[in-house]
Parts: sequence; C-alpha cells; structure tokens
Amino acid sequence: MHPFRVQSSLRVVMALLAALVFTGVARAQEAPDALVKRVSEDVLQIVKSDPKIQAGDRDRIREVLESKLAPHFDFERMTALAVGRGWRQATPEQQKQLVEQFKTLLVRTYSNAFVQYRNETISYKPFRADPGATDVTVRTEIVRPGQSPVQIDYTLGKKGNEWKAYDVIVGGVSLVTNYRDEFNAQIQSGGIDGLIKSLAAKNAGPPPAPPAK
Amino acid sequence: MMQRALLRMLFVVALAALGGGCATVPPQGATSKDDPFEPWNRAMYDVHQVVDGHFFKPIAQAYVAATPQPIQTGIHNFFQNLDDVVSIVNDWLQWDLNRAGNDMGRVMINSFFGLGGIIDIASEAGIERGDQDFGLTFGKWGIPQGPYLFIPVIGPSTVRDGTGLIARAYASPLSYVVVDVPTRNILYGIGFINYRAQALDAEKLVDQAAIDPYTFIRRAYLQRRAYLVRDGKPAPPDEEE
Repeated sequence: MHPFRVQSSLRVVMALLAALVFTGVARAQEAPDALVKRVSEDVLQIVKSDPKIQAGDRDRIREVLESKLAPHFDFERMTALAVGRGWRQATPEQQKQLVEQFKTLLVRTYSNAFVQYRNETISYKPFRADPGATDVTVRTEIVRPGQSPVQIDYTLGKKGNEWKAYDVIVGGVSLVTNYRDEFNAQIQSGGIDGLIKSLAAKNAGPPPAPPAK
Repeated sequence: MMQRALLRMLFVVALAALGGGCATVPPQGATSKDDPFEPWNRAMYDVHQVVDGHFFKPIAQAYVAATPQPIQTGIHNFFQNLDDVVSIVNDWLQWDLNRAGNDMGRVMINSFFGLGGIIDIASEAGIERGDQDFGLTFGKWGIPQGPYLFIPVIGPSTVRDGTGLIARAYASPLSYVVVDVPTRNILYGIGFINYRAQALDAEKLVDQAAIDPYTFIRRAYLQRRAYLVRDGKPAPPDEEE
C-alpha cells in the first residue's frame, strides 16, 4: 500500500478517536437542558424520517426508544418513587424485577403514543438552575398545528457525571405520581410480588382491547 | 318502544353494577384520601363502562370513521367557540383581564370571520385559548376540590368540578341563542359526540398504560385539574402525603 494512503487512513482513525473522546467529555458535562434538547431532537428526527416508523411499526419505535431515550432515564429512581413506601420493603431481587417491568411498561406505552403523534415540533423554554444544582426541571412544549400546545416537563437528577430524567410531567400530570395510587393498591392487596405479577401480566399481553364490546 | 329499550338498558346496567368488579379487581375500601366514596365511584365507573361501551363510544368511533377530517375539525371548532364564550364568563369571574381580552377577541374573530366559529382563525393568529371553566374559577377562589366523583357518561370529576358543570349548563350559549328545542337538542347531541370523540386517543393510551384504569384516570384527572387551578405553575413540593 502506498505510504501516503496508510498515513491518511491513520489520520482518519486518529481524528475519529479524538472526536469520540471529545464528544464523550462534552456529554459528561452536557447541561440538562442541552441534553433534553439533543435527545428529543434526535428521537424526533428518527421518528419523522424512518420509513418503518412512518408505516406504524411499533417494534421499530420501541427499538429506537430503547437505544436512544432509555439510557437517559433513571428507571430505578422512577420505580422507587412510584412504588413509594413499599420500595424499602422489597428485596433487591424484587426491586430489580419491579424496575425491569416498569421500564418495559413505560417504553411500550410511550411507543404507542408515538404511533399517534408525529407532526409535532418541540419548543424549549428558557432554563435556569444553580450551577451546583443536582435536581432540575427542564420545560418544553409540544406544538401541534391548530391545537393547544402541551407542556412537557422533565425532572432530572445528577447521577455521577450525567443527568438522568426520573419523571415526565405531561400537562401537569406527573407520570411517577400517576402510578403511585395504583402501585400502592396492588401492594396492599397482593404484596410486592402481586405488583410484579400484575405488571408482568400487563406487559405480556397485547395492548388490551377496550372492555365491553 | 324506545322507552322499553332504555329501561332494559338501565336494567343491564344495574345488574352490571351489582355484579361489579368483573372487569377490574378493586382493592377494598379507599385507595386515596381524595376519593372517600371509592366503592360508589367504582360502581359508577362500571356503569359508565357499560353505557359508554355499548352506546356512546361506538357512536363516537363511527363518527370519527365516517366524517372527513376537515368537517370534524369544523365541528370541533364550532363547539370550541361556544366554550370560549363560557370561558369569557369565567375569565371575568376570576378577574383575569388578560384572558378575558384574549377570549373575547377569539370569539369575535372566529364568529365573524371564521364562519360562526367553524374556522379557528384566532388560533392560527396565535391568540391562545383561555379555556377556563367554573370548576377552575371555584378552585381559584380557594374552594377545595372536595371528594372525587366518577359520573357515568361524563367521566371523572369532583364535587367542586361537578358543581361547575351544573353552572355551565346554565351558561351554555346554545340555550340562549337556539330557541327551537329540537334543533338545540340535536346540537347538544353533536356537541357530545364531538366531546366523546376527543377522548378516544387518550383512552387508548390509558388502556396501554394502566394496570387499573380507574386509579390511573383518577390520579391523572386530579393532577391535571390541580395544575390548571395553579395556572401551570410548579406544584408545591410533594403534595402527595
């Protein structure tokens, strides 16, 4: 091989490596609002351009959400908050299962929501937080042509070097809070295992048909 | 004949309510301090499922399937314009001059240039809907929400918001403008189908998301209303216990 070619490809590899390292560093220090914006735009871009998703392929949507969105969520914290008092009574194994089932449920729900809403744009509200803050809310708004906008707020916590979301508040409705009554009731009637079981049953079935046909 | 059919339906409904909990496994007693009448509400929820599932939901689905989108939008806008009139009353009661101005502007623009409200020109021009109702007005006056209520056909509510609905029935512009009773009733009917159709998508989401739709809808409703009473300001830290 021509020495020049080797050198140039080496240079490309080096540049790529450098880019990787730098983006890695940049991400570690990425501000929460920048993170929300980047991830949202990323996902929206894919949803709008992927032909499979445009055709309504839910598995593909789920795949995208799993790989692009899920890593930025702290599912353990979400689950602990939704389970409430019962969380500390659960064994580590039960906790693990709860997180797993809750995550599956949320991703499934979210991907079905994506089948319905596609022609939307997101506007990002001005963000301010103390530099030392470890708990912040990033406010966004979904704008749909000819309809009232929907507020979507993300609550994020600092986990190590990264920001991770642990609640989504849609039009004032906190996702985590919304599951709290339900989880409490399940634990009261069937214990932690009862809750795990109903979550698993819910996840195993197809999206349920409406009752009373 | 019609009456007998109705009676039979009521009988089925009553049976379903008595047999209650076939569909869901309701936990004993109240699962939230906001819902002291939970056993009653759950029965009403089951009644709603039967009446709605056999009657209103299929009609709403058929309406959505058979009506071209532009016509649906036109009908929706028409009824939203009427809601905006009710919103004006509430803006004034809340002494929210900003919203009152917006809503009055909306109704004038949409009624005159939007062909009686069928085209929502005001929204296109960026005039936001105030979307205020009597329940919100009472809430802003400091009246607490009171116990949660599930009202068959209407849906989730509270004692405060339910009272607001009664006030709303008196404030409805249709009852003043449309003198001919049959025409008015037809308009009410279309308005209700439009209202029911709006909920179809959200309903799918609840079916997907909730283990027990009753608790899920309850918490979502109460959170949403509290948020609207606060005018979208952040919640006071941890209002749940």
